[in-house]
Amino acid sequence: MSNFFNKSDLTRKDVDEIVSDTLKNCDDGELYFEDSKSESILLDDNKIKSSNYSSDLGFGFRAISNEVVAYSHSNEISKDALKNSAKNLQSTLKSIKGTYNHEIPKTNNKFYDDINPIEQKTLDAKLEVLNKVNDYLRKKDTTVKQVTASFSGEQKSIEIIRSGGEALTDVRPLIRFNVSVMLEKNGRKETGVYGIGGRQSYDDYLKNDNWKNVCEEALRIASVNLDSKPAPAGEMKVVLGPGWPAILIHEAIGHGLEGDFNRKKTSAFHDLMGQKVASEEVTIVDDGTIDKRRGSLTIDDEGTPTERTVLIENGILKNFMQDRLNARLMNTRSTGSGRRENYKHIVLPRMRNTMMLSGNQTQDEMIKSVDKGIFAVSFGGGQVDITSGKFVFNCTEAYEINNGKIGSPIKGATLIGDGPSILKEVSMVGNDMMMDPGIGTCGKAGQGVPVGVAQPSILIDKMTVGGTKL
Amino acid sequence: MIKDQEYLKSKASYCLDLAKKLGATDVSVTVGNSISETVSFRNKVLDESNRSDSLAISIDTYLGKKKSSISSSNLLDENLKILIEKCFETTKITPEDEFNSLPDKELVAKNVKDLNLYDQSHLENDKKIDYLKELEETASIDKKIINTESGFTENKSNFILANSDGFCNGYKSSSFTASCVAVAKDENSMERDYEFTSRCHLNDIIDPKNLGNIAAQQTIKKLSPKKIGSDKISIIFDKRIAKGWLSSFASAISASAIARGTSFLKDKIDQQIFSESINILDKPDLIKGMGSQCFDSEGVRSESLKLVERGILKDYLVDTYNGKKLNLKSNGRSGGSTNLHFENGKISFGELLKKNSRSLYITETIGHGTNLVTGDYSVGATGFLVENGEIKHPVNEITIAGNFNDMFKNIILANDLEFKYSVNSPTMMVESMTVAGK
Repeated sequence: MSNFFNKSDLTRKDVDEIVSDTLKNCDDGELYFEDSKSESILLDDNKIKSSNYSSDLGFGFRAISNEVVAYSHSNEISKDALKNSAKNLQSTLKSIKGTYNHEIPKTNNKFYDDINPIEQKTLDAKLEVLNKVNDYLRKKDTTVKQVTASFSGEQKSIEIIRSGGEALTDVRPLIRFNVSVMLEKNGRKETGVYGIGGRQSYDDYLKNDNWKNVCEEALRIASVNLDSKPAPAGEMKVVLGPGWPAILIHEAIGHGLEGDFNRKKTSAFHDLMGQKVASEEVTIVDDGTIDKRRGSLTIDDEGTPTERTVLIENGILKNFMQDRLNARLMNTRSTGSGRRENYKHIVLPRMRNTMMLSGNQTQDEMIKSVDKGIFAVSFGGGQVDITSGKFVFNCTEAYEINNGKIGSPIKGATLIGDGPSILKEVSMVGNDMMMDPGIGTCGKAGQGVPVGVAQPSILIDKMTVGGTKL
Repeated sequence: MIKDQEYLKSKASYCLDLAKKLGATDVSVTVGNSISETVSFRNKVLDESNRSDSLAISIDTYLGKKKSSISSSNLLDENLKILIEKCFETTKITPEDEFNSLPDKELVAKNVKDLNLYDQSHLENDKKIDYLKELEETASIDKKIINTESGFTENKSNFILANSDGFCNGYKSSSFTASCVAVAKDENSMERDYEFTSRCHLNDIIDPKNLGNIAAQQTIKKLSPKKIGSDKISIIFDKRIAKGWLSSFASAISASAIARGTSFLKDKIDQQIFSESINILDKPDLIKGMGSQCFDSEGVRSESLKLVERGILKDYLVDTYNGKKLNLKSNGRSGGSTNLHFENGKISFGELLKKNSRSLYITETIGHGTNLVTGDYSVGATGFLVENGEIKHPVNEITIAGNFNDMFKNIILANDLEFKYSVNSPTMMVESMTVAGK
């Protein structure tokens, strides 16, 4: 465990006293320490373009009274800095009479090891892999005009100190390996991107030349796009492939089921608890407990152990994702979904690994059932307007479907739909559920956190495809 | 209190000296401190207060043409020593890159002009609360508004950039930002919209009543939207969307995208990329400008650029590294554009609406549908159907798509440019784009 007070004038006793004193009339709150080390190494344009190392240390002090959150953070670890923060919190919450809830559930489950992936592999070894990637791709295909490959690794140690002196700790490794390739043929340029990652060491991902598979996939996507035609425009049937396309679930449904938007009644789902929101084939869970996945957490950033939260079961809305604040105000319990990007940010209810579970049908059956539509295999980013429920995402690999057969690849198009109604349009659910490769970052209120998604192939009866071909 | 120049300078010179002593041939250090205080309201009551005090240091060490970087928030000398040693060790084993270097000495800023970017006024949280109360009272006058969220942020920053060629400069800046998001509901729909104001000086921000009123009115107008059929149609982009196009343009002409060959505007210098009526300027020295700077993030002085003149691309945004790659001198744009804007068009907003018998006025887009390699553009959109110059009804759940190469040549601008942000555009019309709807 990182020693947060090392070389500061703070003792453990000082900290406990300041925390307990500041939070005594509050409903909740904690002091959150964070020590993170991260690196990123980037190969671009035939060269090692940058190698960065960063170390960040800081605390965030939070006091909550009823609905009001006071927060103060600093990267100076000292008695003065902590006292200043305490004073700042007290000045916001002037006359308060809350009862501190000391209860926090415990488990012994850990979903990743206490490792520092940065130190586990030498810089030389990382540089070697990046150079191999560059050589491999450029030799493999003469249309390759640009290769970008990167490693990023992080170890984040946190300690949560609650009123009364209770302390909860976690050490979180996270790595990511990414390859992007640009091809040029007959004056046309297209890119393909693929990556892998999770809460493990680099070697777990790169053993047996696994980096080659990442290269192949990036190259394959770029090649497909070189032959792509303009995408159709208008409403049609859409078949989504398994795995990463589940960011549709994340955007369309997931955000709308986060506790804060529902407490504030700004989500289109806020009055639909217990009601049918999807076709019967649809079951969606948000799971923080999957071993070593990118979105997994042993405890969330408030100290609550994560869990597998059933959001929608056989089409019925069962649960929202909650942090402690929203759970208390909605008379329910935290689902271990309280997360923050780092000590500079307040906790919000967030997704972890959001998954639609398998059904009984095959992808073949879906494609065969479509007269005119598209088959979307991979996506770039997505976004949702929680209030209107409208969401979009951008295809990075997609094909047209004509008379039950997969046709030509189509250019990157935006798909747009309506969150609350899209799940009712899901008419077939495949038996091929797959996790994404471990690359997702979810943005909310300016905070990015690592997440995972999973789904089987699904058929959506009606969605608007934003191509240019009428 | 924000750290003063002396403190930041002492940290910077400690790092410079130490790295030189270890054997670094060149060093560059940026040290900054930023304090921001935010108060947030929701439905007319206090929701959150947030105070942030951030120190940050980043160091680049060079050994000849080898380079590596570190950054940290822990400015204790002991920690800096460990990090600089680590950084220099990494530098030694990083491969050479012939284009790595500090900026050319003759290009760095000599004199630093006072652009009036710092306002020392401090608004106590109680005063921020008063502002937000008034704002939300006004925003929620109409019964259709069922939810309001607003915030006020005061930010003060100071920094020093120093390198081993003797450059050492920095300055304070401030910003005051207020925002309001409103949610409106009627029997058919629930909609959200927003307005915000952000300025260097407290006295220049929009008054709370006005801000609340604009946010509420914009939201109410969006209620009961209809989806329209797929079509080719002229699209009018609200200023807040049009400025996003300028940002995409700036990314596409960054020397890094050009040098890597991943921009649809590569090799387009001196070519017609916009219609002849279009001029695009980037002015770093606007007094109180939100994007103003005395020098760029490498210390290179930046001067005004006419990036596009009569539709012809004249300049890229060039930094030292990518400039050397392209055989161009840095024009002080490491870190991108400064105060970027289209020059005003010739016709009024009203005339723009009337230009076609039927058009779409887009006020919000969602999604990341901009591909700078190909110039393809496809985003989700909401807005209004316009017929014969009059707004008919709100429209949503549509997408608009096209390619920048074509769309840039079909831009017509209104004459309603205002300098509110660092990137500013008048209202913009693009003829004949594909809309996907029903």
